[in-house]
Amino acid sequence: MPTAILARLVLLEARRGGLPWLAAGGIVLALGLGAFLSQVALTESVALQTAIVAALLRACAVFLVAAQVASSVLREIGDKGLEQMLSLPLSRSVHYLGRLAGFAGCGLALAVAFSAALLPWAPPGAVALWGLSLALETMLVAAATLFFAMALAQLVPAIAATAGFYLLARSMAAMQAMASGPGTDEGFASQLARGVVDAISLVLPALESVTRTEWLLYGPPPAGAYASALGGLALYTVLLAAAGLFDFHRRNW
Amino acid sequence: MSAGERPLGVVPGWVWGALLACLAAQIAAQALRQAGAPAAGDLPPAPRAATLRLASFGEPEAGARLTMLYVQSVDFAGGRALPYRNLDYPRLVGWLRAVLALDPRSDYPLFAASRVYAEVPDESRARIALEFVHESFRGDPNRRWAALAHAAFLAKHRLHDLPLARRYAAEVARYATADHVPLWAKQMEIFILEDMNELEAAKIMIGGLLESGALRDPQEARFLAQRLKELEARIARRNVK
Repeated sequence: MPTAILARLVLLEARRGGLPWLAAGGIVLALGLGAFLSQVALTESVALQTAIVAALLRACAVFLVAAQVASSVLREIGDKGLEQMLSLPLSRSVHYLGRLAGFAGCGLALAVAFSAALLPWAPPGAVALWGLSLALETMLVAAATLFFAMALAQLVPAIAATAGFYLLARSMAAMQAMASGPGTDEGFASQLARGVVDAISLVLPALESVTRTEWLLYGPPPAGAYASALGGLALYTVLLAAAGLFDFHRRNW
Repeated sequence: MSAGERPLGVVPGWVWGALLACLAAQIAAQALRQAGAPAAGDLPPAPRAATLRLASFGEPEAGARLTMLYVQSVDFAGGRALPYRNLDYPRLVGWLRAVLALDPRSDYPLFAASRVYAEVPDESRARIALEFVHESFRGDPNRRWAALAHAAFLAKHRLHDLPLARRYAAEVARYATADHVPLWAKQMEIFILEDMNELEAAKIMIGGLLESGALRDPQEARFLAQRLKELEARIARRNVK
């Protein structure tokens, strides 16, 4: 199956490129920083350590996936490997989705490893829910980075666009709360700003409601809310894959 | 040395010199730098909770705890005779309030307020911290009762302000009604009333507790019944005098 072969090649490249070592380094760094900060905490030292480690590992997983996708795709474009692959008797959809499946596999592997690192401090059920959410989140990031890397064809712009997209999506709920919170006036400028923020939020994934540290600290979320949040992630990942496929099909290499 | 590298000898002498000189300068500069904790007056005005939420990028639990570490690092008072004497308490309370709004289920801000910032030898500052604990308690009494119970303890033993202690204890008894709240916390007001020589009021409270059936532990019920008898004896003695 060509898609599976392409996915395997991507995973092989990630393994040989040192991604497992970087993931191990991220775990050690997060655990070390969490242990240090918990030593200076007056109370809630375990909760603090869990929160810090989870937040760092989440950011680390997203960064590693984005960097891996961008560097891999742009290297392939740069050394004309992609053109050579496109000469094979395979559809462009197979090329694109095969790579995306491989990068999603990288995200899944990172999510499993990072979730395991949290097991000493949080209940296994909560960790499993957190890990599944992280896996879907990294898949979304992989799809976004693949889209930006193929569309922009430059390393720095691709990573910058992915980072901007991701941070904006994570901050959107806070921005909406600020735009409509107490203290905002009812003038035209405020209403316009609120409308713009609300409009932007419509085309972004609700990343503030997934992979939440509170699941590890205060117990798992209600099943309905959890399923809805993960469903939103899956939907947006498919949207990004469709957008990427659209761009990939119409591009001349 | 791998096949992709040339020998060290091909590096020009001035590059070696620049590298070593810069490294030495960096180490010397860092060694001479006085790290030191931030000064007491350095606590800036507290940000709005919404701003902190934005800055935490969707990680409010981690953001709240990191903010608490930052706040506690300001004027952290090791073995100083007058800890936190220069700390601006209204600003401090603003920070604690923002952290609590960021993660309302965290015990950290109220623990710090009641166990650290309220235990300063400066009465006016202690009262500011205690009032913060009191105002926050109503937001989630069954989770935050311990901080207000400690506040009542401090008001009684440190500030010697029995009416204030009674007010706090009464709020614990009235609003912290969950099963996990221990009875000693719910009964604090009785003992404060005794200290205030309000024996009749204490007697009525104990009698009410015994009749309400809220006491599930027979030992506890026996203890309070004994206490009730002692109170009645004290009231009788006082009336004879």
